[in-house]
Formats: sequence, C-alpha cells, structure tokens
Amino acid sequence: MRTRSFSYWLFLTPVLVSLFLVVLVPLALGVFYSFTDWNGIQTTAFVGFQNYIGIFQEKEFMDALWFTVKFSIVSIILINVIGLVLALIVTSKIKSNNILRTIFFMPNLIGGLILGFIWQFIFTKAFDAVGVALGYEGLQGWLSTTNTGFWGLVILMSWQMAGYIMIIYISYLEGVPEELTEAAEIDGASYFQKLRAIIFPLVAPAFTVSMFLTLSNTFKLYDQNLSLTAGGPYNSTQMVAMEIFQTAFKESDMAYASAKAVIFFLIVASISLTQVYINKKREVEL
Amino acid sequence: MRRKHNWPLEITGIVLALIWLSPFYIMIVNSLKTKKEMFTNVLSLPEAFNFDNYVEAYEQLDFLKTLFNSVLITVVSVGLIIIFSSMAAYALSRNKSKMSTFLFFIFVAAMLIPFQSVMIPLITVFGKFEMLNRAGLIFMYIGFGCSLSIFLYHGTLKSISQSLDEAATIDGANKWQIFWHIIFPMLKPISITVGILNTIWIWNDYLLPSLVINQEGMQTLPLKMFFFFGEYTKQWHLALAGLTLAIIPVIIGYFFAQKQIIKGVAEGAVK
Repeated sequence: MRTRSFSYWLFLTPVLVSLFLVVLVPLALGVFYSFTDWNGIQTTAFVGFQNYIGIFQEKEFMDALWFTVKFSIVSIILINVIGLVLALIVTSKIKSNNILRTIFFMPNLIGGLILGFIWQFIFTKAFDAVGVALGYEGLQGWLSTTNTGFWGLVILMSWQMAGYIMIIYISYLEGVPEELTEAAEIDGASYFQKLRAIIFPLVAPAFTVSMFLTLSNTFKLYDQNLSLTAGGPYNSTQMVAMEIFQTAFKESDMAYASAKAVIFFLIVASISLTQVYINKKREVEL
Repeated sequence: MRRKHNWPLEITGIVLALIWLSPFYIMIVNSLKTKKEMFTNVLSLPEAFNFDNYVEAYEQLDFLKTLFNSVLITVVSVGLIIIFSSMAAYALSRNKSKMSTFLFFIFVAAMLIPFQSVMIPLITVFGKFEMLNRAGLIFMYIGFGCSLSIFLYHGTLKSISQSLDEAATIDGANKWQIFWHIIFPMLKPISITVGILNTIWIWNDYLLPSLVINQEGMQTLPLKMFFFFGEYTKQWHLALAGLTLAIIPVIIGYFFAQKQIIKGVAEGAVK
C-alpha cells in the first residue's frame, strides 16, 4: 500500500478523524486556553502564566496532588505485593486454581463507580456493625475522616486491582521453565530460596508492566474517588482528576481548570515515561 | 517428579477467595432486608427473602431500558473500534514509510494523555456543534479506544506474511477485498482481545457519558446508577438492590466468557 494511494488514506481516515477531533484538537485547545481568561464561551485576554502561578499557590490543588501521590505510592506497593502473592498461589499445584483466578479477577469487570458505592456501604455500615459488636472503635466512623478515607480508597483499589495484576504475574510465572525449579528442588532449595533466586528475577519484567498500569490507574482515579468519599470530608480525600472536574464544571473556572489539566498531563506523561525508562534499564542489568 | 498436593496453599487460597467475595455477600444479603432489619444486623442472612427492594429498584432504574442503552452504546462503539482500528493498523503495518511511522507514533503517544486533560475543550467544542448525544459519545469512544487497539493489531499484523497479500493481488483482488476476505478473518483472536478490553471500559465508563448524555431515557447503567444512588442515599436496602441488579449482567457475561476474558486481559496487558 503506497502512502499516496487512495486505499491507504481510506483505511486510516476514520481513526485519524476521531483521534484528531477527540484527543489532539482538545489537547491543543486546552493548552491554548490555559494561557487565557477563557470562561467556556469567550476569551478576552492572554494572561500568560498567570493561571499556572495561581495553581502552585493554591492549597486545594496542591493538597489534591499530594493526596494522589501518597495514594499512588501506597497502592502500587500493596497491589503488586498482593497480586504477586495471589499469582503464586494460583500457579502452584492446587485444585481450586481456576475458580480462584475467576474470583480474584472479578472486581475488575465491575465499574469503579459501582464498586465505590458497594464499599461505601461496607465501610460505613458493615465496619460499624463489626466495630460495635467487638467493642472496637477503630472500625467505627469510617470515611468520615481524612485518614480512614485514604485507607478506604487504598483497600478498595487493592481489592479491585490485585486480581488484574495477578493475571500479569501469572503469564510471567507460567513462563518460568520447570527444569529450573525442579533442579533447585533436587539441590535441596527451600521454597523461599527458589522464590528469591529463580522466580523473582524471572518475573521482574512483569513488575515493569504492572507498575505502569497501577501507576496510571491510581493517578487518574476518578470514579472510585467520586463514589466512595466524593472527596469528603471537606475535600480532604479529593484527588487530582476530581479536583480538575470540580474547578471546570462546578466552579466554572475554565481557563484555570485548563491550566490544571495541562499540568496533570505533563505529570502523567513524564512519570509514565520515566518509570518505563528506569524499569527497562534495570531489567537489562538482571 | 510430581510434587505433592499443597494443602496449606489451597486453604490460604480459599480463605482469600472468601474474603474477596465478602463485599458481594454483604451487598446481596442486605439487599434482601427491610430498612428496619438492616439496622439490627448487617452481617447475618435476612430473616425472610424479600424481593420488594428489587421490584422497586428495577422500576426506579428503568432497568430494561437502561440496560438496552448500555448494550447499544457498548456494542456499536466496540464494533466500530474493531473495524476501524484493524483497518488502520493494516495500512500502517503494510506501508513502511515515514508517514506510517509518524502516524503510529502519534497513536501510541496518545495513550499518555489522561482524559481530564482533553475533557474541558472536548465537551465545550462538541457542545457547540450539538454533538452531545449518543452519536457523539460513540465517536469519542472510537477516538479514545483506537490507540491501544491499533497498537495490539499492529503487533499481530507484523507476524502475518505479506506474501498472502501479494498472492491475492496477483489474483486480482484489491486492498479492500484482501483485508476483509483474507487478513481480517486471520485477526480473529486479537479482535476478541481488543473487543474484550474495550467492552470492559466502555461498559463501565461513567465520566464521559455523564458529560455527554444528559437526556432522560438515554442514560447508561453507571450513569443511571449515580442518580439512583443520589436519590436513595439514606435507603441502603434499595440502593444495594439497585447495585446488585446493575452487576448481574456483568456476572452473566463473565460466567460465559471467563476464559476469553482472562486471556484477553493478559494479552492486552503484557504486549
């Protein structure tokens, strides 16, 4: 198919038009508007970096950013540890491995919004009931403080995503040659020695993939945030994605929200790229 | 050497699975209780299986219609993503020019752009052209779904020999015929993967429909669920019945296609 041929462009046109109109043009417009005083209808002046300067002095945005960063770090660690443990269990010689895979993966098929509502009930009502029954106050009043809201989100995300990450680890674990582990067993290696010397190094690439996925998923989290805590109490569990939405559609501050969206894009793109770059480099050394 | 059955791991696995399922257990048992009963005990089974909550939630959610809206949007969007992305990936993989490399790079790079970064101008521009409707939503899903889909198709197409295309050209077939009669059928396994991955996110998507579809009677399940939940915040028995109803279609789908779904997700993630 020559580049200049009719069929080449015929095959590409539908996706090019939609990607252009849905992603590229809005991104460019967003960058443009971020330097203006756009109110969603019209633009009267260029304001240079004024919106950007304002954002870095705004407590609400910086709080949301910091909350997102903390949440992402804790979630990435937990999701990967749990995901790997689940994968090790279901790839070992046990009878229930197929049904276990099916169960652990299930939450990923249900939308984040619905999962958040279910967990809102569990944290506020079921936790409360258990707390009262056991006389343990730590289980009462969940989601009503910043701290319990934070851990609520972490638990929800770990429960949801660990099964997804498990699938990735499984595909790498199944690639570990059996001769290697059997040889180690004959040499008298314990389970943990096998894990450390054979299995972990061979599944290291899985960590690259799953870290990329967990990072982008946790950083861009919106649905679960909205349905579990709605950012409360007092916006203290509001993450960046939600903060941008609020600025744009609740406070109708379009130019300012556009600048936040540009910053968000730069953060997401740069951490994704750096992370892949570092992990790729580390893999080669192994 | 056959290793012996590992009982401690088996039991650990089953206990974890029960923990994994417990949110669903709590949701279902409470959806069958009356408002009063829920206050006395959240964790026990209901005294009597009472489906009144479901009847009420079914009506309030306008369930069949909402389900139909979700199915319509998902099926049309995913179908078009499969058709258009495979065509594009075919053109890009069979033509090794600078233009193809550049366009492929653009498609892949677009994956780095978070939705929130394009959301505001997207909605204002589409609003100006009165495209905040179902057609507009499907068009947007093609734009957001094509990157990963093209990436996956491209990887598979590289391994399909060009001699097939050449033989068909000699037989007098044009590109359109070659693609639909020879190449596309060979892409079936990856089409299933692309279909599954796009179905999962489009079916569950809340934010985009919430911004695009504001007409009553056209809402998808997540959208309707949000409003329903807002109305019944204080009435958990109804809210939980609604949530259970919304999950049932997914569980049925998962039951029939679990092998393909798990395989599709693994392929999509690892590639």
